Amino acid sequence: MDERPAGGDGKRADGDEPVWIPLPRGLLRLRRLLLVVWLGLLTLAAGLLPGLLIGPVWSAFALLPLALMVWGWVLLERNWRSWRYAERADDLLISRGVLWREETVVPYGRMQLVEVTSGPVERRFGLATVQLHTAAAATDATIPGLDPAEAERLRDRLTELGEARSAGL
Amino acid sequence: MGDEAVGNEAVADEKDGRAVRGERPVIERRLHPVTPFRRAWAPLAVLAGWAVHDPDRAQRQLTRLTTTTLLTGAAVLLCAAALYGFLSWWFTRFAVTDTELRIRTGLVFRRTAHIRLERIQAIDVTRPLLARIAGVAKLRLDVIGTDEKDELAFLGEEEARALRAELLARAAGFAPESAHEVGEAPARELVRVPARMIVVSLLLSGATWGSLLAAAVVPPLLWSVTHNPWTVLGTAVPLLGGAVTSSAGRFVASYDWTVSESPDGLRIDRGLLDRSHETVPPGRVQTVRFVEPLLWRRRDWVRVELDVAGSSDSVLLPVAPREVAESVVARVLPGTAVPPQTSLARPPRRARWCLPVWWRGHGIAVTGTVFATRHGLLCRRLALVPHAKVQSVRLTQGPWERARGVADVHVDTGANRTVTARLRDAEEAARLLRAQAERSRTGRRTARPDRWMT
Repeated sequence: MDERPAGGDGKRADGDEPVWIPLPRGLLRLRRLLLVVWLGLLTLAAGLLPGLLIGPVWSAFALLPLALMVWGWVLLERNWRSWRYAERADDLLISRGVLWREETVVPYGRMQLVEVTSGPVERRFGLATVQLHTAAAATDATIPGLDPAEAERLRDRLTELGEARSAGL
Repeated sequence: MGDEAVGNEAVADEKDGRAVRGERPVIERRLHPVTPFRRAWAPLAVLAGWAVHDPDRAQRQLTRLTTTTLLTGAAVLLCAAALYGFLSWWFTRFAVTDTELRIRTGLVFRRTAHIRLERIQAIDVTRPLLARIAGVAKLRLDVIGTDEKDELAFLGEEEARALRAELLARAAGFAPESAHEVGEAPARELVRVPARMIVVSLLLSGATWGSLLAAAVVPPLLWSVTHNPWTVLGTAVPLLGGAVTSSAGRFVASYDWTVSESPDGLRIDRGLLDRSHETVPPGRVQTVRFVEPLLWRRRDWVRVELDVAGSSDSVLLPVAPREVAESVVARVLPGTAVPPQTSLARPPRRARWCLPVWWRGHGIAVTGTVFATRHGLLCRRLALVPHAKVQSVRLTQGPWERARGVADVHVDTGANRTVTARLRDAEEAARLLRAQAERSRTGRRTARPDRWMT
């Protein structure tokens, strides 16, 4: 499952064909945990409250969030699989989405700022998010759930490339 | 040891050089002395706002007051307003240094705005009617990364013009010593929009008739239903105001619209009562849009809009024949030919399942210098983005679009506007995505530097 290409140098494509890098499995684990926690609480509430207040038959309401949980479990995996990124010689590619697919290309020269963030939950799972900002606010270039070391490598590399190819507005 | 000595010498040299060159100390200036009168309105406006907001209580309070208290109150208020106006004028200073324009404001909370000169996207000098009578003008700056325009209000008319010339000269990269002597760059008139054309274009636009019709129909209708004068007044006044601004107001604002060209960039002068003089330096334009309302099509007239980072929706030409507009755009984006209507490729026929009827309005053309897309069936809008201004390229595809094998390509620009080529064939869209990223990367090489005179 944890299919990561070996070595950091092999990641850069020489030709036009991008070498896609998938996200580590940690992100999926994190999202599934959050799903189970929240929907688990909802299931309990939906089962207990009507069951105690009205009658035991009404506990069947709990099936609804339970079904949602199973569905979400599958969806999260599909969504996680769809996320991938590639560093080409001159631009960064980010591709994501299952039903609503989106692919973003950001030339390195256009980057204004690279941000690495990691919230408390993310940190617990050893994850970090890299976000790229260009002069256009519509640019939506975020890579979530990266290994902190990989996030730092990416940040340094993007900054270095951005400086070398800086173009401004 | 030797190195150190050389280093010291160099430093000393630099100091001497500065002294010899006589670097001007930064002179802080104040705004025009008329300014306090404009600021004096603020407390009165607050009071008026309170009275309008709560008319009943305002009236009760007023009746309770005697004439003397009323007079003393007015006097105190006037004094306070005058003092406030004077103090805020006293504490507002600005200075032009080699690299930035510094504006210091604030009585209690000090605020200093440092505006980097090479980041200036556009400079406007506006003269509202009252300011014209007083002989003063407002200077407004568009800077990247700010939502509002920074403004210096008010300056003497001559001073505003001189300051604009100096700022532009410095931003263009003239040496600081000569910047304030360069003066106003000579301008060459490109287009002057005749008043008749503006009137006809307004008569042929739906917004004018719509607002007039609403103002004529809605209040009588309301009167027949409610017979409450306040409700009718409450709706009639804004509707009438809307009607006036969208007809007469637009005429007054675009009267004597002149576009001229100068080494400092494009000049747009306009207005009958409030005169406004905008300057857009070269290479600042992020997108150009041609808007073609349905009723203008027979005459082949278009409106041209510009997007500049730091401000949105500025109009280059309110109305002009297509050839004239295209020739002006060729000056704004040098080396650009506006792709003709026929060269725009429509989406494939199967796209009609994603967007019935309107799919016909969409189109795209890519030339050597611009990415052009069109949308709209009745009111056609053609947007042009120079490849050098593209910040990022995105491809999106929803489930319904995937079933039909089509996708959208978005091109993001620095003016926070996204130009979208909708409903392209999926294969074509993927190719377009890669090719556009490549073009946007290489397109920058031929672009002019930020300091356009260097």
